[in-house]
Amino acid sequence: MRRTISFALLSVLAIAAYASSDSIFERAPDSDRKKVNPYANQSDAVAAGSKLFSDHCAKCHGSDAMGRGRKPGLRTKEVQQAADGEIFWLLRNGSTRHGMPSWSSLPEPSRWQIITYIKSLGDSSTGSSTSSPRGNGQ
Amino acid sequence: MKRSLTFCLLALVFSAAACRAQEWPYFVTYSQDLEEPGNLEVEFKTLQASPKYANPFVSETVELEYGATGYWTTEFYLSGQHTSNDSTVFDGFRWENRFRPLAGDHFINPVLYVEYENVNNADRSFLEVTGHSSIADYRIANALGRADTERALELKLILGSNFHGWNVSENFIAEKNLREPEPWEFGYAVGVGRPLALAARATPCVFCRENFLAGVELYGGLGDLEGFGLKATQQYVAPVVTFNIPRGPAVSFEPAFGLNANSVGALYRVKVAYEFQQIANWFHKADR
Repeated sequence: MRRTISFALLSVLAIAAYASSDSIFERAPDSDRKKVNPYANQSDAVAAGSKLFSDHCAKCHGSDAMGRGRKPGLRTKEVQQAADGEIFWLLRNGSTRHGMPSWSSLPEPSRWQIITYIKSLGDSSTGSSTSSPRGNGQ
Repeated sequence: MKRSLTFCLLALVFSAAACRAQEWPYFVTYSQDLEEPGNLEVEFKTLQASPKYANPFVSETVELEYGATGYWTTEFYLSGQHTSNDSTVFDGFRWENRFRPLAGDHFINPVLYVEYENVNNADRSFLEVTGHSSIADYRIANALGRADTERALELKLILGSNFHGWNVSENFIAEKNLREPEPWEFGYAVGVGRPLALAARATPCVFCRENFLAGVELYGGLGDLEGFGLKATQQYVAPVVTFNIPRGPAVSFEPAFGLNANSVGALYRVKVAYEFQQIANWFHKADR
C-alpha cells in the first residue's frame, strides 16, 4: 500500500514538473537536441523552407512568423536560441495541449528546411539572425 | 450517362475554388494524422463503377472534417448516388469522431474512431468494406435499397507510423447494425504511401515531385461474428496518387481492383480536398 502511494505521489510530482517547465524545448530529450540540421545556413534550404512555412505554418504563426492572436511568434528569443534539434523534436511531436499538431507526416528533410528558414528570420527583439547557440544545429 | 457526367462535373467545378490539404493519399484507410485544430477540410469524393450484370453507377460523397482540438477531429458525411437506367438517390449521412489518446509521435500511433451512420442500402460510397457482401448487392434497384435504412455504430482502431518519408497505416473495423439483431461485422484497410520527393525545391513549382504523393491501399471485409474470415467478402487493391496543387486543392485518383469474384471488377475514385485554415479566426477580429 505504501509503495502504491509513493508511486502515485512520484507520478504526480513528475507530471507537475513536466507541466511547469519554463520552455517547451526543455522537454526535448538529449538524443533529439543533439541532432544536426543537414541544411543549416544553406540559402536554398531557406528558400525551400519559406515555401513550406507559408503552406503549413503561416496561417497560425503569421506570414511574418510574428504570431497571430494566441498563436506564438517564432522570432522570439526562446525559439531563435533553441537548438535545431529541439525545434525538430517539437515539430515531430507537436504540443497537443497548446494546439500544435504533430508534423511527423512531413518528411524529415522538409522539416529541417522549415527550421533553417525559421532560424534565418532572427530574433525580432534584437533584429539579428541567430545560429543555434544552445545546440549544435550547425 | 449525361446525368452522371453532370453530377461529376458539378462536383469538380464546385471544388475548383478550393485550397490545399496536406495528408496521405488514401481513400479508405485512415492514417494517424488528425485535422489541424481550427482547420476545416471539405472533400468531394466521386466513385464510378460498372459491376458485372448490374447498372453502372456514380457515387458522390461530401465530407466536412474539422479539427476540434489537437487530439480530436470530427467529421460529417453526406452521400448520394446515381445509377444508370435507374435513379438518383440520397443515401444518408455519417458522423464520425477520431481521438488520439497519446500525445507526441511514437513508433506506432493509435487513434480511436467512433462513427454513427444512417444510410440506406442504396449506398455505393465504399467508404469502408465490412462483413459479408457481394457484387449481387449492386443489382438491387434503388427504390428497394433506399427503403431499407441502416443505423449503425462503427468502431475503428487506427494504427499509423511515419518513418523516412513513408507512412504505413492499418485500420481494424467493427460495425454493428443498431436496428436489426445482426452480428458485429468486421473489415480492414491497410495503406502505404510516400511523397515522391522528401525535400522541397527552392524555387516555386507546380509539377515537381514534392507535390505528388503515391501509395497503395488494400481493403476488404472480414466477415462477421458468426463467420469470421475472407469467405464471401469483397477485397480490393488500389494504387493511389495525389497531386497537391500549390495554393490550390489536393486532387487524388485511385483505381481499385477487385481481388475475388465477389468484388466489383474496378472502382474509379477521384477526390478533391480543400482546406480552410483556421476558420475560428474568421470570427475573432484580433486573430485575422
